[in-house]
Amino acid sequence: MWQWFHKLGSPRWFYHISGKFLPWLALASVVLIVTGVVWGLAFAPQDARQGNSFRIIYIHVPASFLALAGYYVMAAAGAVGMIWKMKLADMVMVAAAPLGAALTFIALFTGAVWGKPTWGTYWIWDARITSMLVLLFLYIGIIALSRSFSTRETSARACAILALVGTVNIPIIYKSVDWWYTLHQPATIKMTGAPSMHPDMFKPLLVMILGFYCFYALVLLLNTRTEILLRESRTTWVKELAEPK
Amino acid sequence: MKPARKQRLLIVVFIVVIAALVVGLLSYALRENINLFYTPSQVAAGEAPTNAQIRVGGMVVVDSLQRASDSLDSTFLVTDGTATLLIHYSGILPDLFAEDEAAVATGALGDDGVFVAQQVLAKHDEEYTPPEVADAMQQAKDKKAKAASATTKQTDINPENTPKAAY
Amino acid sequence: MFQFENFDAFIAMGGHGPYVWAAYGLSLTIMAGLALAPLRRQRALLADLRQRLQAQRQRGQN
Repeated sequence: MWQWFHKLGSPRWFYHISGKFLPWLALASVVLIVTGVVWGLAFAPQDARQGNSFRIIYIHVPASFLALAGYYVMAAAGAVGMIWKMKLADMVMVAAAPLGAALTFIALFTGAVWGKPTWGTYWIWDARITSMLVLLFLYIGIIALSRSFSTRETSARACAILALVGTVNIPIIYKSVDWWYTLHQPATIKMTGAPSMHPDMFKPLLVMILGFYCFYALVLLLNTRTEILLRESRTTWVKELAEPK
Repeated sequence: MKPARKQRLLIVVFIVVIAALVVGLLSYALRENINLFYTPSQVAAGEAPTNAQIRVGGMVVVDSLQRASDSLDSTFLVTDGTATLLIHYSGILPDLFAEDEAAVATGALGDDGVFVAQQVLAKHDEEYTPPEVADAMQQAKDKKAKAASATTKQTDINPENTPKAAY
Repeated sequence: MFQFENFDAFIAMGGHGPYVWAAYGLSLTIMAGLALAPLRRQRALLADLRQRLQAQRQRGQN
């Protein structure tokens, strides 16, 4: 177990192994997301009250899921990097930030264009939407922090601390719709019990969520590999990669 | 685990616990302000300020919506199951605004206890159903209600019309 | 089963077309960008490194 853990800490080993997963992850993300988009846009039934605007759920919910789960990935990587001084974990943390920020932005944007035809407004400062905006600022803060220090070690520590402090926001986002009165409705997909959605509408959503998970893993690996090449450019193995014999 | 690592692990735990504590206490202190709207019960209990911009929310009472024939003025009642509140609104109601659905209104509460809204937003629940399924469910509900009223000859409020906790 | 009567109805989305297509269009564009950006950056990094190595070698020969 510990040997495996140390191996994982080796950027070279990680670069080599992750390269084998990439094509499969890319294939799975494209197949699942294309299937989900076509199914959700054209073949899932419309909602009795919301009509076709409800189809935005197939982007909105998976993007929100991964925006939140991605924050845990980033914070966990930050904690591992801080405790074990593992360089690879710092790279994963830096790789997760822009990806999470983009997914949070997608969740906010699709929520806004869904809110207009259903609620009657693009934006409202309720607990759910405001805490989601805080998440976007946390991601942006970590991107900014990671670029504003001259030494890698200080930068990694500062980012990890901010990421750890920000984890408090995640359960708040999840539970905001239950704890306070909000305009945003409670969760459709529940931890326990059946989703409050017709199966014909739920199946494409499930495909999209799976697709987004694969997509997240794919882009996280790609970003981490870029970070590895950047930081290990003085090593022989990266030089050999640049100039194959 | 090496002592140095253990110490760093403790620092990580400490950061998370302190942050959770600070944010938890803050949101507990601000809980009234984090709520987007007041409920009709809170308004009835005098908890909502009058003549100041606030939001109220609740289920729109069935058969309470009245639209003026010559203008965009409309009035309706909202309820949370215990109290009701009359809302005046002049403007276009959102598409999803309907009786027996939740709505949130922004405006001010007058001294006469009537809420004058500048903006009305529709609040929908987390359930999604295809139209045919919704129709079938509605028909089943109507049939049941008819059967119930035929046997008991009751004409008072249908229990289905009492609002569920949708907010 | 296809939910729309014809292609125009599919584009119109029962009047919600602009909202639905804006949400899907922007989101999928951003996601494509997310996947392509690291690939382009990797290629640029390796090309840059190759150039530096060549320059180094030339300096060594002179």
